[in-house]
Amino acid sequence: MSGLRGMLGWAPHRPTPDEMSPEARDLLEHKRSPAERDRRKAAIKAEKQAPPAHRPVWRNRRWLSIALVNLMFVASFQFDIQLVEGALTASRFVGFHMADLNSALQVMLAYKTVVINLVIGTTTVLLMWLLLGGRSFCSWVCPYHLVAELAEMLHLKLGMRDHPMHRGMRTALWLVFSALAVVTGYTVFETISPVGILSRALIYGGGVALVWVGALLLFEIFYTRRFWCRYACPIGLTYGLVGTVSPIKVAYDAEACLHEGECRQVCLVPHVLHMTRMGHNAEVKMDIGADCTRCGLCIDACPTGALKFRIKGLEARS
Amino acid sequence: MDGDRRTLLRSLAAAALVVGVSMLGAIPIARGFVQRLRPPGALGEKDFLAACIKCGQCVQVCPVEAIVLADAEDGFGLGAPYVDARAQACDFSCDAVQCILACPSGALSHTLNAKEQVRMGFARLDRPDLCLARLGQGFKGVARSVGLHRYAKVDRWNPIPIADHPYDLPLCDLCVRECPIEGAIRLDPLGDDPLDARRTPVVTDRCVGCGMCEMICPTEPAAIVIDLPKEAKA
Repeated sequence: MSGLRGMLGWAPHRPTPDEMSPEARDLLEHKRSPAERDRRKAAIKAEKQAPPAHRPVWRNRRWLSIALVNLMFVASFQFDIQLVEGALTASRFVGFHMADLNSALQVMLAYKTVVINLVIGTTTVLLMWLLLGGRSFCSWVCPYHLVAELAEMLHLKLGMRDHPMHRGMRTALWLVFSALAVVTGYTVFETISPVGILSRALIYGGGVALVWVGALLLFEIFYTRRFWCRYACPIGLTYGLVGTVSPIKVAYDAEACLHEGECRQVCLVPHVLHMTRMGHNAEVKMDIGADCTRCGLCIDACPTGALKFRIKGLEARS
Repeated sequence: MDGDRRTLLRSLAAAALVVGVSMLGAIPIARGFVQRLRPPGALGEKDFLAACIKCGQCVQVCPVEAIVLADAEDGFGLGAPYVDARAQACDFSCDAVQCILACPSGALSHTLNAKEQVRMGFARLDRPDLCLARLGQGFKGVARSVGLHRYAKVDRWNPIPIADHPYDLPLCDLCVRECPIEGAIRLDPLGDDPLDARRTPVVTDRCVGCGMCEMICPTEPAAIVIDLPKEAKA
């Protein structure tokens, strides 16, 4: 539940000693002992002197996934392969209806009629992302995520100062765009959705609408790091809600953690990693909250393997 | 505290900007800047834009690629499909109404199942002064350099470029000859004199507004055009 609150915009909560499990309390006490402090310091020093080879394994897999999924859409139309017809807003995958959850929501709220094909498509996609991790849609499929990652690299390379926003903004925008669809009777959000615009541009050819996508990217390079994905996109929140009950998680193990914060440096949604600060973990082993896009950047970044993917129920846990 | 306040103000400004840009999409709609000929089976314009999920599956199934997706100039209509009849009309080459079957969100209504039931618009003789039939003139050569059309006598299944199909007509009757709907348009004598070759196109209520006549019309601009249904203009 605290993950859900965090996703909606609340600041992460540091557990009081009473809220920590006895094991977590014991571990914290152990970590605070002078001997353990010295061991940790030595370990970090050794790590800085001989940094482990940094291979962006998960990032490369993810980029391949984004490229392949979007290429499947493009090839299906351009070469008439008919594998996934349509765009990311709605499609047929070898004949089966698929509908983006947020686009379908906008249509249902604006049209106020529920069409059976859309229900089928929405249910299929809902079940799919329930299994696959909710916001994993963002980091494994969304074409805007990929270009935003490149813009982020540029933002960091240029040493731009970040101007963070309030994370509650995304919740507010989700509510505003839902209300606008109901009140105006138009799918207002689709007009500015960089996901829809980019997906259609890839498949059917680009147009003036790409100027908006370009403006967002410039804003992210020069002003607010990852503005759209981090603070604005209602699609991310919709899939995030699905992800609350998904079995695919990034799991944290405080025992292996040296609390260096490498993971939070690379994370799109660092608030989900608040438990990696010393004394912020209520349990010794914890799952990362629903807002996590399962992108794996933290897993690649963690020098001690304290963060790993896990599928709930598929492995024995002590 | 000061930093928090600044973050909050910044966020409010950014959120207002995002919503503001999205609401710019209302301008072309309210002003009626864009009047689009929608694909067969489209709901009334307001419902159509609400129900359309902007995926382009209708674009993908059309054998003559008559359907294109709107750009940002259409505002809330961004990503919604339309037919630019002069460039490429819907000539029902698909034999059924494939775009309707492809639509996943009911924006193209499944209550239609034959081309004769479609009501996209209505043909109107816009420039009678240009109409070759009204001038009593024939037509020889290539009618249009753009556009695909299925000529059943040439190839029952595949549309070919209009440019590959020259005509030699003693009196131009292209709009009647290529109309895919039986009895939707005919040529009537212009006067009582039986020796007078001049004829005028008469559109009947069977016209579905597919735009084939507008596409094939060899004058520049086209003498015959498609008007949108009245509800679309409201």
